Amino acid sequence: MRRLINRRPDVASRFGLMILPFVIVVIAYMVASEARLSVNPNDKLLPGWSTISDAIERMAFLPDQRTGDYLLWSDTLSSLTRLGIGVAIATLIGGIFGILQGLIPYFRATFNAFTGVLSMIPPLSVLPILFIIFGLGELAKVMLVVIGIVPFIIRDLALRTAEIPHEEIIKAQTLGASTWQIILRIVVPQMLPRLIDGVRLSLGAAWLFLIAAEAIASDSGLGYRIFLMRRYLAMDVILPYVAWITILAFALDLSLRLFQRIAFRWMYRGN
Amino acid sequence: MTRVTVENVWKVYGDQTVLENINFETEPGSFIALVGPSGCGKSTFLRMMLGDEAPTRGRILIDGVELEDEPSPDRGVVFQKYSVFPHLTALQNVMLGLEFAASPFTGRLFGRTKREARNASLDMLKSVGLTHAVHKYPSELSGGMQQRLAIAQALIKKPKILLLDEPFGALDPGIRNEVHEIMLRLWREEGMTIFMVTHDLSEAFKLGTRVIAFDRVRNRPEEQKAYGATVTFDLKVDGKSAPPQPPADVTLAAAAQ
Ligand SMILES: Nc1ncnc2c1ncn2[C@@H]1O[C@H](COP(=O)(O)OP(=O)(O)OP(=O)(O)O)[C@@H](O)[C@H]1O
Ligand SMILES: [Mg+2]
Repeated sequence: MRRLINRRPDVASRFGLMILPFVIVVIAYMVASEARLSVNPNDKLLPGWSTISDAIERMAFLPDQRTGDYLLWSDTLSSLTRLGIGVAIATLIGGIFGILQGLIPYFRATFNAFTGVLSMIPPLSVLPILFIIFGLGELAKVMLVVIGIVPFIIRDLALRTAEIPHEEIIKAQTLGASTWQIILRIVVPQMLPRLIDGVRLSLGAAWLFLIAAEAIASDSGLGYRIFLMRRYLAMDVILPYVAWITILAFALDLSLRLFQRIAFRWMYRGN
Repeated sequence: MTRVTVENVWKVYGDQTVLENINFETEPGSFIALVGPSGCGKSTFLRMMLGDEAPTRGRILIDGVELEDEPSPDRGVVFQKYSVFPHLTALQNVMLGLEFAASPFTGRLFGRTKREARNASLDMLKSVGLTHAVHKYPSELSGGMQQRLAIAQALIKKPKILLLDEPFGALDPGIRNEVHEIMLRLWREEGMTIFMVTHDLSEAFKLGTRVIAFDRVRNRPEEQKAYGATVTFDLKVDGKSAPPQPPADVTLAAAAQ
């Protein structure tokens, strides 16, 4: 018998193994739902597939009676807009501060402890402050996403920047590079793919803060809808929404990874 | 022609003396091979030559002028690893030095200046035998090719001094010989001064016009910290034309003017 660590599944069994847990979860749900519905046909906790598909049709393909919007899409649009703006701002700030903090000793001496302390503030605890300062509009929600993930991105990128071999920085200077040229031609190009890694890792947190902000004060958005539906125990809407958010998050992560592969070929050549 | 003068140089880290009382002067166009046991301070000495570290005491002069206290283009370097930039192709790696000099703000060249830099870089790559690999990334090159690339990248700046820290240590013997030949040819052509750290004595005597050894004189355990390594051995290697002569016609042309 070969050791377990040395045994690898072939392509077909890898695919089978990959979908296995998903299949099990779906079957378990169907069995449980069937069981509850046969006892009480009005049970709301585990709605059957037909109820769920009705709800999907209502939310996604029929206009809302009150507003005329297709709710799933308008919710998706407002959530993705907030998330996109928040993550973009956080990426920009994180990229600039991270690189400067990792590369420039004076900058590090000034900001290292500061960002370290900032990152310890639980972001949700400043949400009320954000609402007070920025009002209940879009800005407060975007700011929560920014504040929630920017310290992580800064610290992650500062570490990555500091990991650039000292030899490379010396070599660049012997080629006549100024600090600015080193940043522009050596550090930024090598750190962009790392920055994307950092953003990918913080997307989960970004969704968390977005949904929290939407749940508390909003009139649209995926998070808003889920918490609204909770009042009516509308699992038939909540479950597809959760699945939809998961798909969105997964697609976002995947597209960042693909972008990284295409845009930074040098990382994947050779070796 | 460059003369390097090392005057009474000491390097102390905390309470550990690494180098003490280093004194020597090099003839223009020398190829100095630095040898010595591991940890005796050879890399430390090169870092001081680079301006990456300052001597604790003493000073290093180039043509009578004290070294700048940070790395600059008159001193090129090739390390054992991490000498080339992984995100740039071979050609881009070599062009980089020309782009830095000509384009302070963007660090990039365009149009005609770019074509000129490109051609100069292609020539340089040809002279280290990398013509077929100009569009490859370093991770796609073998160890020997990476080191040749690093040499080309450093030489495009025409440094007065080239510092090599075990540049060929990781290469297998056949490739190493090949790179030795390239190195010797370029050294003769460019007329620069080379400092090369090596663990390989035969390499030191093969390439160097002068072999300098660092070692500790006092080696008892209680003396380890207080005393550093110094020059214990300094030998001119015969049979090498130390200062490369400029070609005769150039001298004549200069005289005629
Ligand atoms: N930044 C530093 N801080 C403290 N000690 C250092 C530092 N750099 C080097 N040293 C010490 O200086 C001594 C010499 O190091 P150096 O790297 O110059 O040796 P070396 O001769 O190049 O050795 P090797 O042949 O193994 O490369 C070592 O004992 C090392 O621990
Ligand atoms: Mg060393």
